[in-house]
This record gives sequence, structure tokens and C-alpha cells, in this order.
Amino acid sequence: MIAELGHFALLIALAVAVLMALVPAYGVWRTDATAMAFARPAALVLLAVIFVAYLCLTASFVNHDFSVAYVAGHSHSELPLIYRISAVWGGHEGSLLLWVLMLSGWSAAVALLNRNLPLNISALVLSTLGAVAVGFVLFTVITSNPFDRLVPIPADGRDLNPLLQDPGLIIHPPLLYMGYVGFSVAFAFAIAALVTGRLDAAWARWTRPWTTSAWLFLTMGIALGSWWAYHELGWGGWWFWDPVENASFMPWLIGTALIHSLAVTEKRGLLKSWTVLLAIMAFSLSLLGTFLVRSGVLISVHAFATDPARGVFILGFLVVVLGGAFTLYAWRAPKLVSDGAFPLFSREGFLLLNNVFLSVSAAAVLLGTLYPLFADAVGLGKISVGPPYFNAVFLPLMAPLALLVGLAAAVNWKRARLTDMTRRLRLPLLLSLVVAALLIWQWATDIGLVVLVGGWLGCWTLVAALAEPTRRLRLTGRLPRGVAGMAIAHVGFGAMVLGITFVSLFSVERDVRLAPGQSADVAQFRFQFDGIEPIQGPNYDADRGTIRVYRDDDLVTTLYPEKRFYRGAQQLMTDASVRHSLSRDLYASLGEPIGDAGEWAIRLYVKPMMLWVWLGAVIMTLGGILAASDRRYRARPAALAEAAA
Amino acid sequence: MTRVQRYRLIGVVCVVAGLGVAALLASQAFRENLMYFYTPSDLLAAESVPDRRLRLGGMVEAGSVQRGEGLVVGFVVADCAQAVAVEYEGILPDLFREGQGIVAMGRWQTEAGGRFIADEVLAKHDENYMPPDLAEAMMSETGHACEPFKSAMEVSAVRRDAGAVNDR
Repeated sequence: MIAELGHFALLIALAVAVLMALVPAYGVWRTDATAMAFARPAALVLLAVIFVAYLCLTASFVNHDFSVAYVAGHSHSELPLIYRISAVWGGHEGSLLLWVLMLSGWSAAVALLNRNLPLNISALVLSTLGAVAVGFVLFTVITSNPFDRLVPIPADGRDLNPLLQDPGLIIHPPLLYMGYVGFSVAFAFAIAALVTGRLDAAWARWTRPWTTSAWLFLTMGIALGSWWAYHELGWGGWWFWDPVENASFMPWLIGTALIHSLAVTEKRGLLKSWTVLLAIMAFSLSLLGTFLVRSGVLISVHAFATDPARGVFILGFLVVVLGGAFTLYAWRAPKLVSDGAFPLFSREGFLLLNNVFLSVSAAAVLLGTLYPLFADAVGLGKISVGPPYFNAVFLPLMAPLALLVGLAAAVNWKRARLTDMTRRLRLPLLLSLVVAALLIWQWATDIGLVVLVGGWLGCWTLVAALAEPTRRLRLTGRLPRGVAGMAIAHVGFGAMVLGITFVSLFSVERDVRLAPGQSADVAQFRFQFDGIEPIQGPNYDADRGTIRVYRDDDLVTTLYPEKRFYRGAQQLMTDASVRHSLSRDLYASLGEPIGDAGEWAIRLYVKPMMLWVWLGAVIMTLGGILAASDRRYRARPAALAEAAA
Repeated sequence: MTRVQRYRLIGVVCVVAGLGVAALLASQAFRENLMYFYTPSDLLAAESVPDRRLRLGGMVEAGSVQRGEGLVVGFVVADCAQAVAVEYEGILPDLFREGQGIVAMGRWQTEAGGRFIADEVLAKHDENYMPPDLAEAMMSETGHACEPFKSAMEVSAVRRDAGAVNDR
């Protein structure tokens, strides 16, 4: 009964979304204020209806309603409550419902928070979001209805994939989707700008907080995914250039470029059509990501849906959205004339370079991700592109970007003077050299060009990011949130550069075969294996190893890696045990028992500065939150008056 | 040419040159890191297998896994028609099992009838998983063509029910 209610709510949502897409658009066409005003309540109703559907699915999970096919496929009578709630997005159908919920959430947020937008802009934005919602609700109802019943009713479910039974994985997909879907708002604003031909500083101010919000969710989502892979996949990697990771990373790169080009558009009225193009691209790449993951064309841990009908539907949807958006762009973009000249040695010139580097790296990732699919489709053989390709292309592009971060903040808008820049950066340069030297002396086990460059660039980004806000604070005595947020985000980027440099260069990894009582040396640590004991979890049985880590005969920590066997899914899972610290992670995970003497294959890693990679992401997110909440972006009644005039 | 124009020209030249270098680096790295997929039949039928990293997909033959010193392990990977010996040193994935589809990455050595020296072994986290590449390669017009492997799957299922975790 609850499932039918949910299904019914989805159908109502479809009707609401259709109205939300059509009526306001008609209103804009006919300049009919009543029709335009329809958008706002429609967005709120859509959210309410989809929320009901979502609650119905959650209730089915909580009540163990195995007559619902999706619940039977992704739950089990022994599954703990928290994982029953998160299992809603543990499979294809439910995660699609979550997608739609997020989309309607963003639409409702636009409707509520941007009350002071000119009526035609807000009508167009919401109408575009409504159109996107139509596509996705239709997709859910036609190809992937989570409320389908199963006959006969199974006695028990097939359990949630054990890989997904982890606290990190409870929030990873929602954050990622928030980011993906969030770019639909920037996209909708871009469409509104193209239709009305209005793209000015005010437009950029409306769009910026939405873009930054989507970006910060995506940042957190990607970082959590990486954190999870590190702990749960059992081989200690944190980034694999897996096609699905790439699918989330490309919108992130383009979204980052968009944030920076929006700054230029707001401050200087330049790069207008480029900004619109980036907004369209960011959303298109989010859709492409959804297509890649959901169509099953990818060979990856994530590609769980392999129904060709779904792939065809998303591809069709992608073609409609992209075709429509680009046609509109080709037709209207020439009207978006930028104001005035574009000096290269200036803040905007440096931001343009930033955009070049970010889009080129996104293009390189796209090539590496799509080429194997393309080659397969045209019969060139089955090919895959390995991580060395991505590293070889991506890292050289990121190095100048890191250099630019520090430089750009120290040059003025319009025409900048070289002497200003050198004067402002003398101290940060010196400081960064000192800090980098200390860091490398302290933690680098081997000195080469890469650690010198990477170590300095990280420190440089970090120190230089703090220089500009300090100068501002001294000059004016106050610091707008936008500037503070920018500085913090750049500090996070610097921390991440440092972490990536050190962990990539100086990780020591050993796979060993140990009997209880034996030990192995990894870097300056001795890992002693004390043996295995069986333990019982709520829905799994596990072998838990005890590994004591010594440094010069002092006990540093004790690690308890587990090998779990999930009873419901009948699957083995590796749960690594990690001791984090700012200087290094100590990591152990269990392989398998070998022979009869109680020996085990064990992975032992020492990973310097690993934590900095994720801390960097957290700091970047905090910067994003601060920047997005800048009061300047809230549309004031004054802006409304100006817009109406 | 005015100063502004000269300025702009320098900028455009810089950007284009940068993009050119990036494209060059990318295509170079791209060519070097393409990995081709082979089945055992492909490997044995090929006149010459390139001496570079490649991917081998197939099913682990029942009863073929043999442990050596330390973490050295040898096993046989087969498709419907052919089988090749694989050597690997390291930790096998959780779902590595006899009768299970796997993908191994490494190099092919032609000496002594040929061996595949793997540096990485992947098995998907799913009981019924077969690598998509392999599934396609093993498909005949009548559907799944590899009867022998069905029995191998049953063997592994029995082993698992006996409690693969606490089994030592």
C-alpha cells in the first residue's frame, strides 16, 4: 500500500513538473505575470510530492517490505536500521529518486531564497529546472520505478552490497548528487540569461552563490568517495582515475572554472558568453556522468545498472538538453557583448589562464574516459587508459595553476602593475621557501625535482592565499566573506597539493606473509602481527587481526583490520584499519589466510601526509560555505528596483 | 600595431603555444598508456603480442591455484577454448576464487609456451560477476558458450557455504 502511494506521488510529481516547465515559460512569452508567478508555488509543491514518494520508499525499507523488488534487492532482515535508511540510495532506482529529490530541493531553494529576482528571470530559471525534473521523473517512472512489486515475495532480501555498508558511504552519494544536481541551477540561470539577453553584474551575483554551493557539495562528495575507497577497498589507494571518479571530477573542474569566470563577469563584465558556456558544460558533464554510471557502458565498481533501455533514455535526454542549450547558445550568445577591453596582465587575465588550465585538464580527463568507449563502439578493440596517462597529463597542468593562485590574488583588476605584484609577493615568496625547506627537510625521505616543485608550490599557494586578505584587512579594517572564503579555499588547495605530493612520492607499501608473532619493517616502523580472532557483527562474521606498530621499540598504535563475511549478501569484504595523523597514516589490511600455519597475507602501508589531501578538501569546502554566504550575493530590494527600471 | 593589440597577440600566442604543448604531452602519454584487452585465445592466436602492459580476462580454472614462496601464487586463466598460466606476487582480491571471472594486468612472456606475469589482479565485488569484456568475448549466438565453467562455479559455491572466512 505504501509502495503504491509512493508510485502515485511520483506520477503527480510528473504532472507538477510538466506544469512547472510550461506555465511560467508561457508567462514569459506572453508577459503574463500570473503565469510567471505560478513557478514559485509549483516548485514548492514538487518538492513536497517527491518528498512523499521518497518517504514511502524509506518506509518500505524500514518495514522490511520485501514485496517491493527494489527493497528485496537491496536490504535484508538483519540489516541495521541506519543502513536500511541509507539503502534507499544503495541501488539504481533509489539513487535516481534521490537525484530527483535533490533537484526539487534546489528548485524550491531558488524559489524561496531568490524572492527578489525579477519575475521573468525567476520564472525562466524555475521553468528550466522544471523541464529537467520532467526528464528525470519520466526516466524514473518509465525505466526504473523503485516501487515495482515482486511476485512471489521472497522470504528475505538479497542485502545491501557490503561495500556500501560504511558510514562514509551513507553520505557520499547524497553529497555527490547535491553537487551534480546543483549545477542545474547555474545551468538554468544561463538559459535565463540567453533567453532574456540579460547578463550583467547583477546576473553574475545571483548565479555565484548557487554555483559555489553546488561546487562545495561536489568537493565534499568526491573527497568522501576517496576516503571511503581508501578504507573499504582494502588496497589503500585514494584515487584510481576510475571512469566513475572521472565522471564526478570533470564537472568539478569545469565548476571550479565557472566560479572563477563568474568572478570576472561580475567585476568586469567580461567573458560573458564563456561563462554561459561553462555553466552549460558543467551541467552537461553532470548529465554525462549520470549517463556513464547508469547506462552500464563503464567497466567499473559503480556501474550496477546494465539495462540498455536506461542508457538509451539518458543518452536521448542528454541529446535534448545539450542540443537545446547549444542551439540557444549559438543563436543568442552573440548578443552577450562583453564590456570593454581585456588586459592580460591583470586579475582577469590571470583568471582567464586559470580557466584555460582547468578546461584543458577537464578535456584531457574526458578524452581518457571516453576514448575506450568510443574505440569499443567503432570496433578498434577493447582498450583501457591507465592512471599513468592521467597523471602525466594532469599534474603538469596543475603545477602552473598552483603558481597562478598565488599570483592572481596579488594583482589588481583592470591594468595591474608589475611593481605592485612583486612588492606584495616578496614576503610570501620568502616565507613559502622557508616553510617548504623545513617541510622537505623534515619529511622527505628522498629529494628530487618533483618534491621540490610540489612542496614549494603547496606552501606557496598556502602562504600567498593568506597574503591578500591580510593586506585587505590592514588597508580597510574589514574582510568581506567572499574574500575570506576565497583565501580559505586556496589554503585548502595548497594543503591538498602538499598532501598529494608527499603521499605520492614517499608512501612505503609492503605486502607480506606473516604468521602470528612475526613482524615486518615498513619505513621506520615495525608492524607486529599478533594473530586473528573471530568476531561477530550485526550482519556479518569477521576475522579481526591485531597488529601492533612500533617505532624504536615504542608502541605507536595497535591496528585492528578486519576481513568480514556478510551473511545476507554472502560476500567477503576487507575493512582496513588506519591510524591517521598529520604527519602520516599507518595502514593495515588483511588479505587472505595462506597455508595451515595460521599465516595471513597482509598489506602494510606508511603514507606520509595522507590526511592533508582530505583536510584540504574540507578546508576548500569551508571556504566555499563562507563565500556562498556573503551578504553581497543576497538580492536586495534595491537590486530589484534597479532591475525593474 | 597598437600596444594593446601587441599585448593581446603575445597573450594569444602564449595560450596557443601552451595548449599545443599540453596536447602534445597528452597524446604522447595517451599512446604510451593504452592497454589492450586479451582473452587466452587471443593471446595464443596472436602472431606477436606487444611487449607492454596489457589486460587478460578469463575464468580461473578450478583446482589450478597454487601457492609458492611468500605471496607468489600461480593459477590458470581460461576462456571457452584456451588456457594460459598466470603468475602473480601479491594479495589477491576478496572475490578471487576458482571459477570466478577475473581481469589480470601485466605482461605476456612467450618463453616456454608462454606465461602471463601479472602485477595486478581484479575481481569484481559481485558474486555473479564476469568482466563485461569477457562476457562479450565468451558469448556465442546461442548465449553463454562455456558449459565447463558452470561446474566450476558450483565448486566455489560449496566452498563458500562451508564458510570461506573461518576456513583455515
